[in-house]
Amino acid sequence: MKQTTQQLLKLLQELNPDITYEGRTDLFTSGDLDSISIVMLVPELNDTFDIEIKVTDIIPENFNSMEGMLSMIQRLQNEAE
Amino acid sequence: MKNILEYLETAAKNYPDKIGFTDMDRAASFLQVMKHSKRIAGSLQNCEANSPVAVMLDKNIQCIESMFAAVYAGCFYVVIDVHSPASRISRIFETLSPKAVITDETFLTLAQSVHEKDTIILYEEAVKNPIDEVFIDEVRERMIDTDPLYVLFTSGSSGVPKGAVLSHRSVISYINWVSEEFAFHSATIFGSQTPLYFSMSVTDLYSTIKCGGTYSIIPKTLFSFPVKLIEYLNRKQVNTIYWVPSAMAIISNWNVFSYAMPEYLKTILFAGEVMPVKHLNYWRGFLPDCSYANLFGPTETTDICTFYRIERPFQDNETLPIGKACNNCNVFLLNENGRKAGIGEEGELIVRGSFLADGYYNDPEKTAAAFPQNPLNSSYPERIYRTGDIARLNEKGEFIYISRRDLQIKRMGYRIEPGEIEAAVNSLEDIKASTVIYDDAADHIIVLYDGKCRDTSEIAAVLKTKLPSYMCPDRLIRVKTMPYNANGKIDRAQLKKQYIG
Repeated sequence: MKQTTQQLLKLLQELNPDITYEGRTDLFTSGDLDSISIVMLVPELNDTFDIEIKVTDIIPENFNSMEGMLSMIQRLQNEAE
Repeated sequence: MKNILEYLETAAKNYPDKIGFTDMDRAASFLQVMKHSKRIAGSLQNCEANSPVAVMLDKNIQCIESMFAAVYAGCFYVVIDVHSPASRISRIFETLSPKAVITDETFLTLAQSVHEKDTIILYEEAVKNPIDEVFIDEVRERMIDTDPLYVLFTSGSSGVPKGAVLSHRSVISYINWVSEEFAFHSATIFGSQTPLYFSMSVTDLYSTIKCGGTYSIIPKTLFSFPVKLIEYLNRKQVNTIYWVPSAMAIISNWNVFSYAMPEYLKTILFAGEVMPVKHLNYWRGFLPDCSYANLFGPTETTDICTFYRIERPFQDNETLPIGKACNNCNVFLLNENGRKAGIGEEGELIVRGSFLADGYYNDPEKTAAAFPQNPLNSSYPERIYRTGDIARLNEKGEFIYISRRDLQIKRMGYRIEPGEIEAAVNSLEDIKASTVIYDDAADHIIVLYDGKCRDTSEIAAVLKTKLPSYMCPDRLIRVKTMPYNANGKIDRAQLKKQYIG
């Protein structure tokens, strides 16, 4: 699990290194993770974690925190098995 | 008719309580918007006739009220992208010298960083002014239809944005065409995607007030949450959209219609970039009964000069025509010899008629170059607009778009001159030269640079402070030497071959 967290953090930092991601629950609502970022993030998440994010997963709740993203990733990985 | 405010006033008279505008926080009637605009105008009484008023607000009803307020005060408005860097705004203000800036608490600090405090007007205060009908009547009395309505800044190849000046007359003439062609009326509900500093917004906004329809601002964030976007369109009962193809592609790329369908859409119009047929076909597959049209035109012809109704099937790999000239607009092709191009022959797209902008603000040189005398007319003064776009006519008399004569990039509907990006890179210390190439397939802006600095992330960080986000390069590559061609110019073609293939 820790590895997934590290990988996710790395991806997020590549997207925008100026943002603090850990411990936050307002990444989207604060405007830090904006429209364009999310659209760019999704294919990266798909590639890195070998998942297929569905459009119904693209909702603010899943992207407001690292925990939200991690639990979405894990759920999709489980569903694939 | 001599002033676009007559549209608003007629709508307020005929449909006073009808909700004409909605944004994330508000629903406003035509009457309310008219009153607010008149109130705000009271703060602009010291601005000279036909002088610029900058509006620094997010895309919301407040912004629209401020735009109309400038017009009530006898000025013209310039909507500023508040999410672009202050340095870009300052460059625009150098050209523009606005007499006043209307902003709100959110952007006050930004406004103060680019303009002197004395003439910054806060929306929250100005909207409480009493309405001075005497002042408003005096202004209207002296205004004429050729007075400027707005200036829209677009990317300039020398690095400085150009401000196209549009008069009331041009906009009235253009709106007459577009509203009639697509039969907009009081039941038309637009789901507006394009920003107010972008020419496409002129179409939905002014058609709405002319026809007494509804202009529903789609919160930008919804384009990141496609299912919620559809839910929003349905909640607002949007029946008409006029989006850039990239926005429509979000839906097709995510297969959104398999999960949520728009229930009220009837008319789907798009412009601003080439529409990949694959995306159009996705929409047509799910919404076969809607009417679709591809619209084409530069800011300098108000918004659109040619259009094409999609009335037959297209294969994914086909190109959509840009169609025929709008009614009351003349479009033709000039070949390299300065003569009208024949069928199938490539030429530069030239536009003639009252949709034309007056020129560029404070730039007589660029104005003369882009708006010269019609070379086919030696009898009397007549301006044309040289679009710089290359196209040809097919056997059906439809225009087929080929490319930009120069190298402008169109991305997500924005016009991006490589020159503006290059100028920003070149302005950095230790950078000797830079070139922008565009990887069409990957939709990547690539900057190749010759310079000491090896830390591309450092360069990227600085560029973020100089360029709006849509212009920031996707890749920064340091080259050992920049190749030059026989003319001494940077050999773009070679770089493109080397780095894109």
